Order: sequence, then structure tokens, then C-alpha cells
Amino acid sequence: MDLALSDDQLELKQQARVWLADRFPLDRDWEAHNDRWSELAELGWFDVAEAGLGFVEEALLLEELGYACYPGPYIATVGFALPWLSAEQRARVAAGEERWSVDVNGLVPWLGAVDFVVSDGGTAYPARGETVASVDPSRPFGRLDKADGEPLAGNRNLPRARTASAAEALGVAQRALDLGIEHAKTRLQFEKAIGTYQAVSHPLAQTYTDVELARSLVYWAAWCVAEKDERAPLAAAAAMAFATEAAVAACERSIQVHGGIGFTWEHPLHRFYKRALWLEGFGSRPAELRLEIANALLE
Amino acid sequence: MDLRDTPDEARFRDELRGWIATNLPAEKRGGRGGAQRFEDPFVREWSRKLYEAGYAGLTWPREYGGAGAPYSFQAILYEELAAAQAAPHVGVIGLSMAGPTIIAHGTEEQKARYLRPILAADEIWCQGFSEPDAGSDLAAVRTRAERHGDVYVVNGQKVWSSFAHIAERCILVTQSDPDAPRYRNLTYLLVDMHAPGVEVRPLRQITGEAEFNEIFFSDVEVPVENRLDEEGNGWQVAMTTLLHERATLGFALTATLDAAFGRLLEEARDREVDPRVREELAREWIELQALRYTNYRALGTYERTGVPGPEGSGVKLRWSEANQRLTKLARELRGPEGILDDGWWNHQQLRSRGNTIEAGTSEVLRNIIAERVLGLPRSR
Repeated sequence: MDLALSDDQLELKQQARVWLADRFPLDRDWEAHNDRWSELAELGWFDVAEAGLGFVEEALLLEELGYACYPGPYIATVGFALPWLSAEQRARVAAGEERWSVDVNGLVPWLGAVDFVVSDGGTAYPARGETVASVDPSRPFGRLDKADGEPLAGNRNLPRARTASAAEALGVAQRALDLGIEHAKTRLQFEKAIGTYQAVSHPLAQTYTDVELARSLVYWAAWCVAEKDERAPLAAAAAMAFATEAAVAACERSIQVHGGIGFTWEHPLHRFYKRALWLEGFGSRPAELRLEIANALLE
Repeated sequence: MDLRDTPDEARFRDELRGWIATNLPAEKRGGRGGAQRFEDPFVREWSRKLYEAGYAGLTWPREYGGAGAPYSFQAILYEELAAAQAAPHVGVIGLSMAGPTIIAHGTEEQKARYLRPILAADEIWCQGFSEPDAGSDLAAVRTRAERHGDVYVVNGQKVWSSFAHIAERCILVTQSDPDAPRYRNLTYLLVDMHAPGVEVRPLRQITGEAEFNEIFFSDVEVPVENRLDEEGNGWQVAMTTLLHERATLGFALTATLDAAFGRLLEEARDREVDPRVREELAREWIELQALRYTNYRALGTYERTGVPGPEGSGVKLRWSEANQRLTKLARELRGPEGILDDGWWNHQQLRSRGNTIEAGTSEVLRNIIAERVLGLPRSR
């Protein structure tokens, strides 16, 4: 009865943090979309099973990708599409040769940047169609032209996809909190660090409790998905509803704590805010997820 | 990371479930808490039964009458008692605060004298920390302890002391040296509540009942051998007490929230529930799970280090607000009848206002998180 990360899991998370911070620093060129796909393939992030790891570890990687505001379609390929794929397709994904996405409510994330799209409950289509802008410019959508479809070998795994979104949102929330703390410690007004004022520190404390609770739900859901526990659907719905809302709130509080600089294009906070809004709005929104949970509870 | 019970935990849980089923009469389930736990003689009898069955002081060392069990067993005990809607052991202050503090700081004589009666519910303890002018600011207590030969003479007033009117003993934080610097001026005493000069006055609260008390000390003589640790070390000793209060508190709190949520859900199943209330029900269920699994994460850290980690520092804060929202939701669910005193939710609604004040106000808890966990500069 234990939900603490093991030493190996903590180390994996730390290595991912360091690697991503080096390649995707806050002062990067945000308009350049080099997602270092082949390097991720070399790290084995597209096939963690090869290293004897499972979905809990994938969730930890997704958390760190969220923390770095990573630009590429990792979550679409590994988080959303992977359970549909055959062994051969997975091998090509593992080698970094194929990128995948999914069609949800007629919207395909990264349609212009992936090779194939899962649609219609299990058909693979070549990624073609018109592009539409999204709340997160680093995550555009497309509307799929369905032609040359081929049936897929695998199955849908909605709890897994939802937990992936929740894990990424957790990382975004943590980063927004860390940026807010850093600013509150260093920004002086009235001759004091603004974090001295409770009107500034208490919203950050609130975000901290949000982040810790979100983390507990994400790890719980990830464990349920990894272990095929019967609670996985509810746990994943809970984690996604809570973590995506927590990420949006964390960014909004952090922007407020930053004051004017947090409202500028120059500061990276808006990138995280847009990522949080994307995660909150993609697939199932928090209110829908809560109604789904309520229906299960009241059955 | 493994949410399943280990074989030992599963065995313990099975035995406990069976024991509760055999020993807890149906009519003694589902008490509403509050002052009920003092008034019903069954509560002390039940506590004694828990002791005889080996369920009191699970995590205490064996040499002091405990079971020497891991903290996960204590968590399982809270979960199963809550699931059965059973009352907890009445000696909660002795078990989770006085006892562990005596184990950490006491002499062998003190350990031999005080520990076993706590487990057996023979001696109930109360806590003499808060004062009218020292609530969140414990270092500012004014209750005076003056050394006269072999005794300390104690004068002053404590407040918000639950169990004081039925307690045999008190863990008392006193001011022993007005000239000493802050945090070096306190002395921690173990006081006999039946000693001459101790007067307890029940404090009637907004529920109408008296769960808490004021304690007045007038020239109360406390033998020097009842001092815990050195004179002037009271602050450090008090921190041990509060650390232990926090260690497994999260499980106890979440267990009560779980029981209350279960009750709310039962009522909801019997009614037409509009989508807005349905959504709020789910929101509270999610928060409950988040608290539960935060406890599980914190448990791992606590078992490894013996010190509660930062994971759990928000649990009391979030629990208190969740408990307050739950009572509002219950009133909403009951519709026009929400205005009636049903004997349970109405009491919960009023009682829950104390949740964001007792055991650290929410404001102080946010300060603690900001300063000690997030590393922000001190606000004072």
C-alpha cells in the first residue's frame, strides 16, 4: 500500500528534467519547432517497454515534457495513438520513423506534422487535410481528409489517453508554480521581495496544494492503467478533470503574481498557459468528466 | 509504488474487519462525532476493547505496549473504522500527541507511569496549548510556571481544549522564564487534571454543545518530575507533539470525509439530482480521492524518514475546505428540507466551520507552506 515513486522512477524523472532543460530552455527560440524526434528515439522514450518500464514511467516522462513545454507530437504518438498500433507499427514508432495522431471530435492534433492518424474507431489514414489554428500555437489541429484507410490491429484505451493529458498538465502546473515562486522571491517592491506579502504568497500556496493533489491523482491513475485495475476509467477521468483545471489555474495565478511582465509576449508564461488551455479543452472537458463520474457513482 | 496491500497488510485488514463485525453493535455505528463521543459511555468501553484486541497504539514500540507496526497499519485502522462508521479510540490526544511525545522526550519513569493507561483508555489526556491571547502564536503563551523547590506553581488560562472535562491528564505548555528569548522560554509539563486549583469550564460552541473547554490554573502545584525534557525546552517538545499530530492525521481526516461522502451519496441515490449538483458531487469525490492518494504518497516518505514530508502539508487545509463544501452540498441536495435540522447534516454544517480554525488556521497553514515548503521569505 504505497504510492511513492521508487528511487529508479525518481532518477528517470530527474534525468528527463535535466535533458529537456538543456534542449528546451525557457529562453529558446519559441518559433523554431525542432522537436529533436530522433534524439527521443535514441533515448528510448517511444518504447519504454523495451527497457522494462511501463505506463507509470511514461506518465513521468509526459509530466516532464509538460514541465518543459515540449513542442513535438509525443503525447499524440505515445499517449494517444500507441494502443491502436501493431507490433510492426510500434517498431517504426520506436525507431523514430513514424509519428501518429488521433482524430477526436473531428480535430487532429499536429495533422501537418504526423504521418498517420487514427480515426473512425480503429482505421489508420495517411495524415492529409486542412490545418486549423488552436489556443496553443505549438499544437495546431487539422481536419482529416479520410482516404486510403487501413484497419488497425490494436484497441482504444481512453483511460490511458486521459491520464497522459493529466500527466502533461501536472508538469505545466508545476512549472507555472516554480516560475511564480522564483519571481516572488526575487522581485522587490516597497523594498521587500513581493513573496513576503501574504496576498502574493497565499495564492502560490493554493497552487502548491493543487499541484500535490493533482500529482496524487495522476500517479494513482497511471498505476491503475499500468496494472489494468478496474478503477482505471474513473481514476483517469478524475485525474484529467483535476489536473487540467489545476494547470489552467496555476498559470493564471502565476501570471497575476508576475504582474506586468507576466502579461508580455516576451515572458514564457503565456506558452504554458496556452498549453494548459489546450489540455483542458482537448478530448473531454472537466465538466463532462465530472458528469461521467457522477453517473458512475449514482448508478 | 504498489497500491495493493502487502500480504501482511491484507491479513491485518481481514482480521480487523472480522473483529469489527463481531464487536461493534449495529446501533453504535454512524455517530455524528462532536460531543457525542464524550457522552456515550460505550465510547470508552469500545476504546478498551480496541486496546484489548491490540488495536491501540499500533505504531508505538512494543516495549511501551504498542504493536510496533508500520504506519500503513494505522492507516488501515482509520480506513476500516471509518468504513464501519465506528467511533475512534477516545484517547486520541494521548495516542497521537501525548504518548509519542513522552516516548520521544520522557524519562523511563514517565514512560512506565503514563503510556499504558493511554492505550487502555484508563486515562484520557487533553491538550493545554492555545490561550485567549496565544492561538496561532504558541510561543506567546502566558500561562506561568514558577519553580518553587520540588514543584512548579502554575497560573494561567488555556482554551479550546477538547476532552478537558473528562480528562485525567493534560499536556501543558507553560511560560517558565519571561526574560528568556522567544522559543527558549517555554517548559512542557504533564499535569494531573484532578490537582487542586485546576478548574474546567465547558465552552459552548456554535453547534450548541460543549466539545471544548477553558482550563483555569490557580496556584496548581506540578511536581518537577512531571516536567517533560529540560526547563526552557518546551518549544522543541511541543513541536514533537505537533509533528506527531500531523503524521497520521491525514488518514484520520480523510477517513471521516469518506464516511460523510458515503452518507451523502446514499441520500443522493434516493433522489432526483440535477446536473449541477451531480457535477459538484463528482468534484467532491475527486477531491476525496486526491486527499486519499496524497496520504498514500506521504506514507511512503514518512515510513522511510520518520518525518512527515511536504506532500501531506496541504492535506488538512484542503480537507477542512472540502468538509465545509460537503455540508453545503448536502443541504442543497435535500432541497426545501435542507432548512430542517435533520440531526446530522445540520450539525456537520455548523461543526465544520471550526475545521478551518482548529489544529492550525488555514491562514497559518498557507504561511507554513509558503515559507517552509516553497521557500518564500517570511511574512513576519
